Amino acid sequence: MKIYLPLDSAAVALGADEIAAAIRAKSADVTLIRNGSRGMVWLEPMVEMETPAGRMAFGPMTVADVPALFGDLAAHPKALGLTEELPWMKAQTRLTFARVGVIDPLSLADYRAHGGLKGLERALGMGQPDMVTEVTNSGLRGRGGAGFPTGIKWKTVSEAQADRKYIVCNADEGDSATFADRMLMEGDPFTLIEGMAIAGLACGATKGFVYIRSEYPIAIEVMQKAVEIARAEGVLGAKVMGKGPAFDMEIRVGAGAYVCGEETSLLNSLEGKRGIVRAKPPLPALQGFMGKPTVVNNVISLASVPVIFEKGAEHYKNFGLGRSRGTIPLQIAGNVKFGGLYEIAFGLTLGEIVDKIGGGTASGRPVKAVQVGGPLGAYFPRSLFDTPFGYEEFAGKDGLIGHAGLTVFDDTADMLGMARFAMEFCAIESCGKCTPCRIGAVRGVETLDRLGRGDASALPILTDLCNTMKSGSLCALGGFTPYPVMSALTHFPDDFSTQKEAAE
Amino acid sequence: MLDSVEVTARVGEILIAHKGMEGSLLPILHAIQAEFGYVPQAALPIIAQDLNLSRAEVHGVMSFYHDFRENPAGKHVLKLCRAEACKSVGADRVATHAQKALGIEWHETTTDGKVTLEPVFCLGLCACAPAALVDGKLVGRVDEAKIDSIIGGLK
Repeated sequence: MKIYLPLDSAAVALGADEIAAAIRAKSADVTLIRNGSRGMVWLEPMVEMETPAGRMAFGPMTVADVPALFGDLAAHPKALGLTEELPWMKAQTRLTFARVGVIDPLSLADYRAHGGLKGLERALGMGQPDMVTEVTNSGLRGRGGAGFPTGIKWKTVSEAQADRKYIVCNADEGDSATFADRMLMEGDPFTLIEGMAIAGLACGATKGFVYIRSEYPIAIEVMQKAVEIARAEGVLGAKVMGKGPAFDMEIRVGAGAYVCGEETSLLNSLEGKRGIVRAKPPLPALQGFMGKPTVVNNVISLASVPVIFEKGAEHYKNFGLGRSRGTIPLQIAGNVKFGGLYEIAFGLTLGEIVDKIGGGTASGRPVKAVQVGGPLGAYFPRSLFDTPFGYEEFAGKDGLIGHAGLTVFDDTADMLGMARFAMEFCAIESCGKCTPCRIGAVRGVETLDRLGRGDASALPILTDLCNTMKSGSLCALGGFTPYPVMSALTHFPDDFSTQKEAAE
Repeated sequence: MLDSVEVTARVGEILIAHKGMEGSLLPILHAIQAEFGYVPQAALPIIAQDLNLSRAEVHGVMSFYHDFRENPAGKHVLKLCRAEACKSVGADRVATHAQKALGIEWHETTTDGKVTLEPVFCLGLCACAPAALVDGKLVGRVDEAKIDSIIGGLK
């Protein structure tokens, strides 16, 4: 009897470990595999039983539901049917997340059986320029938020002359509403390892680092074990897959600084320094880790590389819209009925994502706003729900897609309060290097408090301050904090004026 | 507090274990905190000497990161997420409840030294918010009742 139960943080936070203990206590005759999550967080902890017809899903499970798993499955009160047939699963295009929730995350044999390492095998037969071209042709853009073409970054590093080069994976996923990096690392760590190995081959780098935030203890543990297995099995080491050049990796842990998700700050942190942002140029691609040419890519960017090499750049590129090619793992979060991870080609409208896939709010109240792209992303009102999900499309509406996290708010949300929080967060997390961010965020909180007290004369000051932060900050922390603030002010003016009227 | 002989000996072992590592300061500080529960002041000059840095530089790195403690925390650490997704489903309300129940503000420890309350910005549990971390154990969909049972369960 084979049972799958996620080790994913969200499943664990909802009681998966207790379910696992109950299953083990019930029967010693069970093969219990702790896998990644399928992404339907509202059904977690979700158990899957292997049956002749396929894997059957049960959820959300409680300890009391465990004994019935050993009886008539069809009659189980939490039976959902075959996992692959669930509407949430069927409508997706899972390329990067194809194996997440399917395989045993720490079984390399399972990984190979599901197409793993085919991309790396193919890459080993290609020259460096061809590998870079493959990535460029796929249209893959940085999934961390900036959307910079991955192939161009790789080309710069590949052509740079140096005695050492590095591949650095940015797994400092600090944005609220984002958990795709975490889910991938917990559910399919070898995909990230394979992607980094291909990046190493393409760029002539022999060493890779994964910088994971300390708030992700399970992801850290899974990645560390996976690297050890990959090394023991010869995927990594002096000869990649036993035939290529050398490539090895190390897992590093952050220390609670949000700004370290910014690539230059991350590099400083990795070097053992304070996570202070560096001025660009020089680009990290030329002078990155320890001053050497370095690729800094997000987890999802690197984890999308294996499928691009396995199925070809054309296959990947054929998904998407405009200049946003391929698929994007949407992370639907906050006050939402059906929250979780949903991988799909670019191009759905915001309304389709929130109302159809997400099913509206969890509270049952009307959706008031959706913050797209994390704490530095804009708040979108219902009137902009026709915006198609793409880099340029969101930029055109003074927003960003960022790491594709969406936080849904119902009509009880206080947008002045959310704008104040954006400034407060920036003040807490500012690295302190540049003045617009360090001082501006503190002044921003004060100015929003004035507005909250009904002082309308603070409004032009806030607008001016946001402009200064936007154009004068060194990195996206100070530079993008105006997005949530100004979008809240622009789209929800009533939340900024009621206090004023009350005061009058 | 620990005596300096004990600190010196253990920090020395940690430094040896990290020899040759590129950019080793964060891993060293993590190891020291894992060992002592905080980063003792007495450790800083020893690290500085070993890595050929000034004591000020080591202090600067240690104090930059939220994770590293200058003093020991309470017996238990309760972290509550304050970020947007958690706020959308009542994290502020839950946090106020926890502060009242414990009688402390953020970053404080109860007078009996039992519980330290800290904010955290995102645990990646944004689709089952509000989120908490209780001595390293993740908890999703935290409400006032769950806070009461969490606090009640801390011995």
